[in-house]
Amino acid sequence: MNAPIPPATPNDFAAYPDAQGRFGQFGGRYVAETLMPLVLDLEAAYLASREDTAFQAELAGLLTHYVGRPSPLYFAERLTEHFGGAKIYFKREDLNHTGAHKINNCIGQILLARKMGKTRIIAETGAGQHGVATATVCARFGLPCVVYMGAVDVARQKPNVFRMNLLGAEVTPVTSGASTLKDAMNEALRDWVTNVEDTYYLIGSAAGPHPYPMMVRDFQAIMGREIREQILEAEGRLPDAVVACVGGGSNAIGTFHPFLNDESVRIIGVEAAGDGMGTDRHAAAINGGRPGVLHGNKTYLLQDAEGQITEAHSISAGLDYPGIGPEHSWLHDVGRAQYLTATDIEALDAFKLCAELEGIIPALESSHAIARLPDIAREVGKGGIVVMNLSGRGDKDVATVADHLGRTI
Amino acid sequence: MTKSRIEARFAALKAQDRAAFVAYVMAGDPDRATALKILQGLPAAGADLIELGFPFSDPMAEGPPIQKAAQRALKNGMTLKGVLDLAAEFRQGDDVTPLILMGYLNPLVTWGFEAFAQAAAQAGIDGLIIVDCPPEEADPLADALDAADISLIRLATPTTDDKRLPVVLRRTSGFVYYVSVTGVTGAKEADAEAVRPAVARIRAASGLPVAVGFGIRTPERAGAIARVADAAVVGSALVDEVAEALAVNEDVTGRVLSKVRALAEAVRQARTSLPA
Ligand SMILES: Cc1ncc(COP(=O)(O)O)c(C=O)c1O
Repeated sequence: MNAPIPPATPNDFAAYPDAQGRFGQFGGRYVAETLMPLVLDLEAAYLASREDTAFQAELAGLLTHYVGRPSPLYFAERLTEHFGGAKIYFKREDLNHTGAHKINNCIGQILLARKMGKTRIIAETGAGQHGVATATVCARFGLPCVVYMGAVDVARQKPNVFRMNLLGAEVTPVTSGASTLKDAMNEALRDWVTNVEDTYYLIGSAAGPHPYPMMVRDFQAIMGREIREQILEAEGRLPDAVVACVGGGSNAIGTFHPFLNDESVRIIGVEAAGDGMGTDRHAAAINGGRPGVLHGNKTYLLQDAEGQITEAHSISAGLDYPGIGPEHSWLHDVGRAQYLTATDIEALDAFKLCAELEGIIPALESSHAIARLPDIAREVGKGGIVVMNLSGRGDKDVATVADHLGRTI
Repeated sequence: MTKSRIEARFAALKAQDRAAFVAYVMAGDPDRATALKILQGLPAAGADLIELGFPFSDPMAEGPPIQKAAQRALKNGMTLKGVLDLAAEFRQGDDVTPLILMGYLNPLVTWGFEAFAQAAAQAGIDGLIIVDCPPEEADPLADALDAADISLIRLATPTTDDKRLPVVLRRTSGFVYYVSVTGVTGAKEADAEAVRPAVARIRAASGLPVAVGFGIRTPERAGAIARVADAAVVGSALVDEVAEALAVNEDVTGRVLSKVRALAEAVRQARTSLPA
């Protein structure tokens, strides 16, 4: 589709990235020289933490007692009935402390930052979920926290801005570019390059320079490992498909990764199609972009013919990003994963449907994955099993949804 | 042999025992015609080398002045092809002043490294500084530039320790660019005394001239740096002149070039007059 000669299928999908932080041609470390020693240090510290039993024990303890893991795997009976195909299960990341999967990664990285002796934390945020999760762990560990957030997102995610403030974080609105997530990430990188001694950059998705895509994936892969155990217990076999929405790609890769070598499991990501793939207002990097270099890695990007990055558009602030984590670009190119899209309107309909049939108000991000479930459930068929990552809860989105429904609250 | 313009210029300056003044301007800022006039006026105003920024939508190592300059250039339709056209037009009147392109990788990825390198050589480009392309990622680009005889100028920074320095200097040619502060362009000020040992260390390790940039805004600072380095680079302060001239509806070219004259003069005097 995109490459005339598809790359060879790897023997072991779990063995990536390579030593250069590459997933095939994607990934890498495209950062300013000032930051190179920092990302190399971070990689060394992260690799050491994997072998550090005290570190792993502290991480496991916090995930259990602070985050509330394992999150349930819930059989969505009424949606299953409604779609009339495969059985639908939800991985309930919406039930985590702070309301989304983002906290899994933040706990891991804050422990690492502390171990590295860093005394100041910075982060970028779109929907504010990662900002809230970062502010939360900074409060918990007594570290000062600065969150960069596009001015547009500050306006559309006000409750999360207030939550971050309550947690003691400083939220810095970013007005460069389109004032959304991409610009927040630029600004966080500018902060990092300025404050190299004491500052830890806590990236919120499986994107950015190596080692972030690998490290964030590993911290998020707890979801996929739990799904494996839980579905084996519930159904006695692996699912036929795992499904997740894709912004930067952290909830998706954390879900997918433990299944990459299970050939029988279909892997499906859902990108945000905004106003539609026929328009230029969407956020689907794989379906509507091409490979390029931004924010420290090579990956699929929304860009014009000149290689200037174009603005993403999605009703969901957490998916409103012109790139995607490099591992997804690679999984797409080698054909291991499939990337579908859902529009704003489809996501809104799915949001309402899930609330009405399951009594669960999903995040608008997750609603994109829900929106593709009818087709996937039909394709997989009766007797089949589909697990979808319900990456977060939709409380933060009620104002946006009310707006679109023409209601005032 | 395009590399020789950089070598020849530094050799000539060394014979005069003075540092180079390097002017950074953004191609197409505020528009093509004005940018060309500025470019053509730079050598006479005292620029020994020219860094020509090419605009990128997401310049992550740039402070507000150069971010805004890139936005102005993009808004007025500047493209990478347009930047090379501008360079070629400049070259028609000046075959000696080294011309270094500076920017970010993605527009080059889009063009294709080999084809771009050939086109850049045709346009009379001597060197390239790519901010988001560290040595670990540079080989494909360096191969293409080598084939076109264009220098890939490497960046060393305050975070470049002795262990890292050889990595940074691998495959480097032309000169080494020392980023004198940790931070974005135009934000912090470089301290000449702090810069001195770093420059000496890089010069010894590379055998190449060392240019210092990122933290120089005033003639005084440019003069102080010119005493310890082989070149002083000023960018944000020039780009600010464009913005300020536009704001008060003044002659942009005149303002930029008069700032260049003041900076270049300070660099020229630096080693003959002692600091006040
Ligand atoms: C609930 C939720 N899901 C998904 C995302 C998208 O991020 P990622 O693709 O990294 O999972 C976000 C981002 O803010 C989010 O808050």
